[in-house]
Amino acid sequence: MSIISEKISQANRLVSLFEQSRETLNQGSSQILNRMRDVSIKRFAQAGIPDFKNEDYKYTNLKPSFEKTYHQELVRESGLINLNEVFKCNVPQLDTHLVFLVNGWFYSGNKPGANLPEGVVLGSLEQIANERPELLENYLNRQAALSNDSIVALNTAFAKDGFFMYIPKGVVIEKPVQIINLLSSDDNLMATQRNLVIAEPGSQVKILVCDHTLTSSAVLFNTVSEVFIGEGAMVDVYTIQNYHNQSTTINSAFYKQQRNSTLLTGAISLHGGLIRNNLKVTFSGDHCEASIYGLSFTDKKQHVDNFTMIEHASPNCLSNQIYKNVLDDESTGAFAGRIHVARDAQQTNAFQRNNNILLSDKARMQTKPQLIIDADDVKCSHGATVGQINEEALFFLRARGIGEKDARLMLMNAFAHEVIQKITIEPLRDQIDELIEKRLKGEISHCHDCNYQCGS
Amino acid sequence: MEDQDKLLNDITTQEYQYGFVTDIETDVIPKGLSEDVVRLISFKKKEPEFMLEFRLKAYREWLKMKSPEWAHLRIPPIDFQETIYYAAPKTSPKYQSLDEVDPDLLETFKKLGIPVEEQKHLAGVAVDVVMDSVSVTTTFKKVLAEKGIIFCSFSEALIEHPELVRKYIGMSVPPTDNFFAALNSAVFSDGSFCYIPKGVRCPMELSTYFRINTAGTGQFERTLIVAEDDSYVSYLEGCTAPMRDENQLHAAVVEIIAMDRAEVKYSTVQNWYPGDKNGVGGIYNFVTKRGICRGESSKISWTQVETGSAITWKYPSCVLIGDNSVGEFNSVALTNHHQQADTGTKMIHIGKNTKSTIVSKGISAGKSDNAYRGLVKVMPGATNARNYSQCDSLLLGSTCGAHTFPYIEVGNKSSIVEHEATTSKIGEDQIFYCNQRGISTEDAIGMIVNGYAREVLNKLPMEFAVEAQKLLAISLEGSVG
Repeated sequence: MSIISEKISQANRLVSLFEQSRETLNQGSSQILNRMRDVSIKRFAQAGIPDFKNEDYKYTNLKPSFEKTYHQELVRESGLINLNEVFKCNVPQLDTHLVFLVNGWFYSGNKPGANLPEGVVLGSLEQIANERPELLENYLNRQAALSNDSIVALNTAFAKDGFFMYIPKGVVIEKPVQIINLLSSDDNLMATQRNLVIAEPGSQVKILVCDHTLTSSAVLFNTVSEVFIGEGAMVDVYTIQNYHNQSTTINSAFYKQQRNSTLLTGAISLHGGLIRNNLKVTFSGDHCEASIYGLSFTDKKQHVDNFTMIEHASPNCLSNQIYKNVLDDESTGAFAGRIHVARDAQQTNAFQRNNNILLSDKARMQTKPQLIIDADDVKCSHGATVGQINEEALFFLRARGIGEKDARLMLMNAFAHEVIQKITIEPLRDQIDELIEKRLKGEISHCHDCNYQCGS
Repeated sequence: MEDQDKLLNDITTQEYQYGFVTDIETDVIPKGLSEDVVRLISFKKKEPEFMLEFRLKAYREWLKMKSPEWAHLRIPPIDFQETIYYAAPKTSPKYQSLDEVDPDLLETFKKLGIPVEEQKHLAGVAVDVVMDSVSVTTTFKKVLAEKGIIFCSFSEALIEHPELVRKYIGMSVPPTDNFFAALNSAVFSDGSFCYIPKGVRCPMELSTYFRINTAGTGQFERTLIVAEDDSYVSYLEGCTAPMRDENQLHAAVVEIIAMDRAEVKYSTVQNWYPGDKNGVGGIYNFVTKRGICRGESSKISWTQVETGSAITWKYPSCVLIGDNSVGEFNSVALTNHHQQADTGTKMIHIGKNTKSTIVSKGISAGKSDNAYRGLVKVMPGATNARNYSQCDSLLLGSTCGAHTFPYIEVGNKSSIVEHEATTSKIGEDQIFYCNQRGISTEDAIGMIVNGYAREVLNKLPMEFAVEAQKLLAISLEGSVG
């Protein structure tokens, strides 16, 4: 355990913390993780913490979040909480393979293996990297290392644990795998989590990631996930983000798809102080499909930034992105989406849409959808709108005796529903619909059924 | 398919048709840039004191600036000491009629297909010809003077109307706005000045031709258009440069100021030398154009057809300050061979009920890169602002690139902003449809490209639309017929 001292620049503070605790970091951790640390901290030290001078962070300044003093768990701190007491799953009807992570560490009480098909590995990254390094060898940090985001490098330098999942060839996991990330600490907390998912050819899996803060102290949560999708495999990843207003989350996900594979990913940001979602999809084989959805609701002074990059490196692939934001109070939202079609990636279809509703005069939305096209036989489009609830639609409902407030709620629900209906897990879809309705009514600022009043 | 490939090949190997050098004696100062050069230019032009101060301030700021690198362009390093900053035709007399004009010069314009005398007859266009920086002839001045309209070269304006220039210069593009605007502010040689008094509707379209002639000359012209309350003017600008092997620098500034209920329409056809098909030579075109709608219900519209230049870096913008003001941007940008274009617009909504429309059509062929870059910014006070943007890209051939980089920033709840972009190639079904009706593949491509650009071409004044269509034809459909 270390407390970072103040005064020196924020980036330098982290670098010197790294230098001081190099041994602690390496201790108990596999060589696969340890060998990446030095290079990564150097890259982080060079680039520093991004602010709006960095084109990729034009609309999100991370510096204020890093100004606070945080406690980092460099080694596992056990016996934290009784999970059952503080936390009940907010999707109760859903039958899942459930695992918990606490502050980025895989919770030791998890018994995930029980009902999983044979050969599937689900467990702690730290543990599996030590026990079966051959599984990770060709995958870990293969995509993240290519990123020029210094926050990803920071993650690589400090990463010790997270979840690891391996689905062997042709195996179909029927029940969704639910991963619940809990953040809980009495002090300000900086948590680093590193995840890796390998879906071998022909396999299928649905992963649901739920993030929650169970504390009222400030939190900085830095996660990096790498997902490898083999030939013909189908992977769904849903992320539900629910943090309190003092939190900062930088969630970077890298997907690499082989030919004929399918990816569906959705990020639903219900609540959070500052949320930055980085998403990169690379098509390294032909006939891949990726559907990427995002939905966020913000109020107070919250900020949500979705930053996506779709790399069409192979021909005949399809990508489709829909991002929607509803912004209230003084909240701000940003969307930056980039589609890059490489020179020989002919017959590419790439679509991108960003729709936003501003509910207050102090809310702001900034969006920059981008197309970089170097092939000619392509169909690419992007669209972005910023506006309000359609007055005519509102009139239509009011003319039928529906009160203005209800009518507005209905329309906002309908706006959000386009994204929600893409969720392929039915009970989850219903639950999210309900959560969103409550969120819009202002009835909950914390998750349904959760005993912890973390939403304040 | 074979036909189409042959056709694309023909199109993409077409050479520049306007390459010739007019042999006119010019007055050239030694190349290189320093504070002395700035003073020398100012001195040679007999400028008032405030202008020299303006230039020096810009020069000193420029020294601290760096060439911008954010654009999607590969710009070879430019040696600013290798450029000649002032070149004026040596015998710069003021002609009273066209007959006195150097026949070589007239020949030049004939080759361009826009002979001055013909234009004079054609539609009553007054042409203020800028040939290597100094205005050589100004026509129709009397007709304009009767209405109180001032339309003259920048140097003349500095001598005859210094108070107007002083009041408005730098109002929409401050001398320290960006690297190239600062450079222009320091060394600009000439340009046009246009002042439309209150309530006057300019009876004819004002027009200027810019042309780079002397080898190794940078062209730094500056245009200032002021439209007072309730006035209207339509301004045309055309550019052509003869063939040169070394890259030439062109850094222009255009400022427009529109007061209450004034309307300014600015149309450009840009056809600088794009370099040959191996990417050798060509003009570097770094232009800052900005209009301010200061008054309520004022309107500024930019229409451009960009077919030339090795590198284009140009963002004609509108700052909508007055309530109910309107900004428009219509653009066709065509790149071929190794040309690179990064062009677009900025619409800054500050006043209430402001409106803006952006229509951008990019066409890429050969090994070129064509990017649209735009910003739509709605300030919190700009309630009920409305923007609609449409950016289409058409790709001809598999070695070119088309890119779109829009930025949208909305700061209040009553505004509506829409952006739409598509990228595609000419559909085989479209060509098939035409073939089936007896239209050859060549004609079909010609029709489709022209139809694609028509939405913008229609916004051009008639005389210009003809030329623009011809330029598109030369750049693309020349061999199509």
